[in-house]
Amino acid sequence: MMSRPPFIAIGLLSACVLAYEVLLTRLFSIVLWHHFAYMIISAAMLGYGASGTALTLMKEMLLKEKISPHFGAVYVIAAVALAVLMPAAFLLAQQIPFNPLELLWDNTQPAKLFAIYLLMMLPFFCGGLGIGLVFAHFGKQSSRIYACDILGAGLGSLGVIGVLFLVPPHQVLTALAALALLAAAIAVVELKMRPKWLMELFLVMAVLATVALPEIPVHLSPYKDLSQALNIAGARVVEKRSSPLGQITVVENTRVPLRDAPGMSLNATSEPPPQLGVFVDGNGPSALTRFDGNLAPLAYLDQLTSALPYHLFERPHVLVLGAGAGSDVLQALYHRSAEVDAVELDRNVIDLVQHRFNDYAGNLYSRPDVHVYQAEARDFVNASDTRYDLIQVALLDSFGTASAGLYGLSENYLYTVEAFQTNLSRLTPGGMLAITRWLTLPPRDALKLFATAVSALERSGAPNPSARLAMIRGWKTVTLLVKNSAFTASEIAAIREFSSTRSFDLAYYPGMRADEANRFNILSQPYFFEGAVALLSPQRQDFIDQYKFYIEPASDDQPHFFRFFKWNSAVELFALREQGGMALFDWSYPLLVATLVQAIAASALLILAPLALSRCRRTLPSAPVALYFLAIGFAFMFMEIAFIQKFVLFLAHPLYAVAVVLCAFLVFASVGSWLTGHSQNARWQTANKVTLAVIAMGTLSLFYLATLPNLFQALIHLPDAAKIIISVALIAPLAMCMGVPFPTGMMRLANTAEQAIPWAWAINGFASVVGAVLATLLAIHLGFAAVILLAVLFYAVACGALRRFA
Amino acid sequence: MKRYFALGAFLFFCFAFPSHGEGFDVARHKMVEEVLADANTTSSYSGVSALSPNVIVAMKKVERHRFVPDALAPAAYLNRPLPIGYGQTISQPFIVALMTDLMQVKAGDRILEIGTGSGYQAAILAEIAGSVYSIEIIEPLGKEAGERLISLGYRNVQTRVGDGYYGWPEAAPFDAIIVTAAASHVPPPLLKQLKIGGRIVIPLGTQFMTQYLMVVEKQPDGSVTTRQILPVRFVPLTGGH
Repeated sequence: MMSRPPFIAIGLLSACVLAYEVLLTRLFSIVLWHHFAYMIISAAMLGYGASGTALTLMKEMLLKEKISPHFGAVYVIAAVALAVLMPAAFLLAQQIPFNPLELLWDNTQPAKLFAIYLLMMLPFFCGGLGIGLVFAHFGKQSSRIYACDILGAGLGSLGVIGVLFLVPPHQVLTALAALALLAAAIAVVELKMRPKWLMELFLVMAVLATVALPEIPVHLSPYKDLSQALNIAGARVVEKRSSPLGQITVVENTRVPLRDAPGMSLNATSEPPPQLGVFVDGNGPSALTRFDGNLAPLAYLDQLTSALPYHLFERPHVLVLGAGAGSDVLQALYHRSAEVDAVELDRNVIDLVQHRFNDYAGNLYSRPDVHVYQAEARDFVNASDTRYDLIQVALLDSFGTASAGLYGLSENYLYTVEAFQTNLSRLTPGGMLAITRWLTLPPRDALKLFATAVSALERSGAPNPSARLAMIRGWKTVTLLVKNSAFTASEIAAIREFSSTRSFDLAYYPGMRADEANRFNILSQPYFFEGAVALLSPQRQDFIDQYKFYIEPASDDQPHFFRFFKWNSAVELFALREQGGMALFDWSYPLLVATLVQAIAASALLILAPLALSRCRRTLPSAPVALYFLAIGFAFMFMEIAFIQKFVLFLAHPLYAVAVVLCAFLVFASVGSWLTGHSQNARWQTANKVTLAVIAMGTLSLFYLATLPNLFQALIHLPDAAKIIISVALIAPLAMCMGVPFPTGMMRLANTAEQAIPWAWAINGFASVVGAVLATLLAIHLGFAAVILLAVLFYAVACGALRRFA
Repeated sequence: MKRYFALGAFLFFCFAFPSHGEGFDVARHKMVEEVLADANTTSSYSGVSALSPNVIVAMKKVERHRFVPDALAPAAYLNRPLPIGYGQTISQPFIVALMTDLMQVKAGDRILEIGTGSGYQAAILAEIAGSVYSIEIIEPLGKEAGERLISLGYRNVQTRVGDGYYGWPEAAPFDAIIVTAAASHVPPPLLKQLKIGGRIVIPLGTQFMTQYLMVVEKQPDGSVTTRQILPVRFVPLTGGH
């Protein structure tokens, strides 16, 4: 038997697999929509889990002829298969005509989704097979193998994000194929395999893959905004940029101009000036408007509901959050704002306006009265000590594509009660927060925002919230004003005047009469006014409970602003789907549930069932062993996902949070497991080690839950580098403890019941597949704090199970 | 075994989907019955008490299977939107019926459509109105729809490929306008080309998902009001029927 496992090749292989996972979430955000990120995580875990099962069945087969001579070959084949399948699976998945918009119309769509899920699993299956084979073969050294495996994973997940700043995603795909071939070549050396020319062959293949492989096509769904814009005669792409935050495409059409004026008053006669469409990941567009310093052509910007606050101020100091390509900044300038601070997350977007199209944009982002900041909106407001007359948030969905984030949690920290409170505290006396959103019917976003504002005002100690709120609606947009003092009579007169001249409806203002509602854009009921009044009444909670959409205010612990889903109404709407109900059926939430069901079914089928049907049924693990690996699988996933969320606010961006937190978790968990391996000869009982680790991590998590929000608030002013170091330092001890249980359990099995190792691997895989999706679902319902507490509970259960192992 | 499977599949397709004209006729009448039932249950919410007889006649007459890609012809009479290529869809029959009804089209009316798509909506309108002018922005789609309408004998429909923003000034004013192409705002030129008392109907939402319908009415003084109609029997409060 070979004495030394292929440590370097393991690390590389693991890096490839993790990098591929991150890359796929980007690619699927571009091709489809971000809802599929958690499906990728789940598919990855499924591949890993299924490989454990395959390994067991294979081992049974190979044992008869002695496994040793074949080990290296199988390992290298797995690495090469990974190299081939990474691009191939993505290419094939694109051939499946899956259309999420038809998911509920067409009953063949779920099958197509499942087919994509299974296809995307294959590369992970190969990666898992390679790594699992080493574990099975060198069981006694599992802690060091685990350390290499997880170190590679950490570096892969972080590295790919760095690479995505430099290279577009489809090219990263080929680079990863080359990296997997490199892993195969190194394995040949590490395992002293013959013939030796195999190494050269794999190296040549790696070089060929990077140099000669044709560009991998990325086909956008024809239903994405960019595809639709490019179908129009005269459309042409004038610029492309790529970063992990999103792929930017700038489209010009001189024959059929963009003409973006969202929800413009029907009384308006003006037409927008020429515009470029800026699409991020094929979504959008955000308009880059031609501007020559002359304000007259911008008159259309006064015909939008978002112009309302400007009619209540004289030359305000404005903060625009999510400035994008500059429409809201132009609107502020049109209304003679004294100064405009504009915050935009994506450096590429700022650069387009400031440099590439600077002349077209009329020097917009370099004017002396406009200051542009590259920052995440919430983070900017948190760290700022400037006071503004007006904070403007218009049709901004927070992180944009970035909330496409890995782990696909469509969280949004801009529309939470805490965010509203912070915004209100950054206003001058008499200042206002203005939020504009698309109109939905029956009202969803508007009422949820209104409820959020009421809660925020109450929590900030405002004596009479009802005096500080106003809301108007057009035919397509709704604008909410939250003032940090009571609206004056002249302001109310201005709101009424602004609305009636533009045929916008009053939805709420202090002292509004019922007969003033629902005059221009007539609904069957004055839903907006009635809702606003109910949300200000003592019966608020009853109204929220009885409302058929979920409009409970979002909080930092449950930041899912876009969750409007309630099961009861879903059943009703699904029954009405052909009678016009389909559009009200929010499919992203059922998709998450479907993904969970799919994950349970697929992992039971591919991971557990084959084992149960094979000879392995005779080597079934004892109940404590099964429970142990199940519990630590769930717990690790829960912790990881919840802490990524907790750090999103501090690190200012989900993508950085994922990169930093994931990497810190993986690297320090690997340090933890390495230390576990090295203390093998210590007098500590394995069970005691795990107990100690679990007690430490339980205490730490509770401590973090209690202190992190205040700590983050105190440290938010620090530069990014310092914040990253602090984050890593905070996670390190927690992650080190979390690295203990898996290798400890594995070593225990290697010593006592080696035949149960594949089962342990499979069960842990099953828990990870399901845990990734389940954590997301639980966070939506219970909040992230609850998910962390559940994780601690799972670890405690594992402790108990370990004591009954043998 | 394989042979039996193939035979089974063949029989299934023979019986499950109408493959000839008569089968399509039966399917179409069944679809219209469904649409009628849907419209009745939705009536108090949509403001359309019952579909007007001329809409029903038109829906029964126009062969939807001629407006969808061949491969989807068997599904043409399901009450659902279908893809027609270029990221566009043919609307759900129920929504087509509702929109047509909301336009209150009378014989002899002059209608403008922005967004020809497959041409199905134009054909329905042509069955009722005097003349229909339809503009499509996606060239291949517009050409195909134009040829299709000619081959089906619709002499009162004129189609054009191009930018619908400025309407069809030569044929204006119109009794009713329907804007099925997505737009961030209602083009002011279209409002100008609408007769006093006329209506613009606009479905809002995305492909496959019509969120709500907007009806813009031009008042005698030239001002406009809109009605926003949820095309479903659904009230947002529990117990509030």
